[in-house]
Amino acid sequence: MTTSNRTKLIKRGAIWGFILLELVFFSVAGRFLSLSQTQFMDLDNMLLLLKQSAPIGIIALGMTVIMINGNIDLSVGAIFALSAIVMLDSQTWPIFQGLGELGVIPVAWGLALLTGVALGALNGLIVWKTGVDAFIVTLGSMLGYRGLVFMYNGEQPTFLLNWTLVDLAESNVLGLEFPAIVFILLTVLIWFLMTKTVHGRNAYAVGDNREAAVNAGIRVGPHMLWNFILIGFLTALSAVVFYSASGSVNPNDGGLYELWAITAVVLGGTKLTGGSGSVINTFGGVIAIQLLRKGLGHIGADTETVNLVIGLILIAVLFLDRQLNIKGKGELRI
Amino acid sequence: MADERLNAISRLLARQGILVAFVIFMIGFALLNDRFLAVDNVLGVVRSSAILGVMALGVTFVVISGNLDLSVGSMMSFSTIVVLDLHDKIGPGLAIPVMFAMTLALGGLIGLLVGYFRLNSLIVTLGMLSAIHGLTLTYSGGKNMDIADKAGTWFSFFGQGSVLGVPVPIILLLGLACLLSVLLAKTPFGRKVYAVGGNGVAATFSGIRRPRVVLMTYLISSFCVAVAGLLQASRSMGSQNTVGQGLELEVLAAIILGGASLLGGSGTVFKTLVGVLILGFIQNGLLLVGLEFYVQYVVTWLIIILAVWLDIAAKRGRLLSPIA
Repeated sequence: MTTSNRTKLIKRGAIWGFILLELVFFSVAGRFLSLSQTQFMDLDNMLLLLKQSAPIGIIALGMTVIMINGNIDLSVGAIFALSAIVMLDSQTWPIFQGLGELGVIPVAWGLALLTGVALGALNGLIVWKTGVDAFIVTLGSMLGYRGLVFMYNGEQPTFLLNWTLVDLAESNVLGLEFPAIVFILLTVLIWFLMTKTVHGRNAYAVGDNREAAVNAGIRVGPHMLWNFILIGFLTALSAVVFYSASGSVNPNDGGLYELWAITAVVLGGTKLTGGSGSVINTFGGVIAIQLLRKGLGHIGADTETVNLVIGLILIAVLFLDRQLNIKGKGELRI
Repeated sequence: MADERLNAISRLLARQGILVAFVIFMIGFALLNDRFLAVDNVLGVVRSSAILGVMALGVTFVVISGNLDLSVGSMMSFSTIVVLDLHDKIGPGLAIPVMFAMTLALGGLIGLLVGYFRLNSLIVTLGMLSAIHGLTLTYSGGKNMDIADKAGTWFSFFGQGSVLGVPVPIILLLGLACLLSVLLAKTPFGRKVYAVGGNGVAATFSGIRRPRVVLMTYLISSFCVAVAGLLQASRSMGSQNTVGQGLELEVLAAIILGGASLLGGSGTVFKTLVGVLILGFIQNGLLLVGLEFYVQYVVTWLIIILAVWLDIAAKRGRLLSPIA
């Protein structure tokens, strides 16, 4: 009992220990290797880090829910791009011309979020009604939605310059910029959803043992549909947060976002098989990846090595997790 | 009686749905455009599918054994960059075997992690996707690779040459397909791959060394990736670092179209080849009809979902899922 408690504690704390390790390492190494005079542990630097991790981070929150559910969503990159295009392009539609620069913003945001919800719902409906595995369904829609992105505006990037929107997106409260605020608020909200509500409890139950969940009276199909709608919504929100400040979308934007989001979630200790995981640890996973990027840049390593290091860390995490599990449960090794 | 026969026919249609759809597609495109079934067009499609096809053949083994391989795309970039770089440094005769050895080493590493350490293949290969991408960038310093003397080397033979009028990539694709098909269907090793994917525990208890079989599947996969990298390098004689990016998912799409289950235990080399050709012909057909290249993404999406749905529906005997 005590050992299993200890392993649980180790697993839960691992990602925070890793973040601490990164902070110490890059601060110390930065003193000797860095060319810039600024400290790594600078407050501004940390606030910037939070802002930069927001786009992937918000998606990763939704991915956590999906993966706790025992599913996966590979189409988030394409949903990200399509929502962004809708948000920027809808501001030029003739019917909204009378609204002015400020008035059109909520309409554009609403349409973008609606796009995300619709695409997520389509994924969820197919998973529910056909019974095809979510991996295959979203692998297909990853291609299909990307096709829709291209069909919208060809291979041309979509531009829009709305200064009111840019000002709004770059406003800050106590030094925290808009994306960072949204990211933190959402983390708290999704944490609440997953730990304090019936829906969250059901999500763990469905991921742990789908048949038992069915027998316990949980309507698994609609439940999964809601989760796909949630990740669609969050992905669109991520696009809203990111592109409100930037104002230009390429049709290839958001490529590989699904892989980054999954990496962050797995670093946070969520199992691919479903049934366990924590939103707060996903937050840690997102921060850890962004710290690694910034830190390696800070000590003057090539940006190329980031991919190498993250890949190896991902495998190492999996390896350690396995070792801990074997010790904890005395699992049969075949 | 008649009802029963009708039922059997509909079941057959659903089972072989992908082949039926393929035939309908081919007839439709052939009617729309008379160049579609011309010999040079067909050869062109098969030739341009060769790189994806060779990779898909290898990954088929991994999928049948119940695992996934998401690293093939970045591994293909790696082998392309390596062989192009070494070509100018040590000559093509040495560069090719060295590149094969390096790619096989990467595949062996994945096989070790998934087979012997029993780590989740999706995450291991996701990590390797990222790690190998970083390795490629570090190796090349982020620069594009080019062969300096493009005319004075026989290296272009693999990607651009032809034997008796048949392009070499097609010969390599079909030759490899025959070889791997025999390996999978007619040898004890092939049986073991199916057994491990069908029920890993039962396979272990019946004396199959699961780790070794898994390791072999990843070695086969990385061997095929090396061949694909060779084809790519030799066809373009120069390459970016990201040449294989995204191919891992296209490969999976082709394998799924062929009817293999991602849970393992089913699929054949021939079916994967059909999946690859379907993707290739759809792309070509849509272009010939005058649609933009990205329309194929949407069509592929619909076909993948429909194909898998019909397959599952035929097995469970009802169209909609029983999930409440």
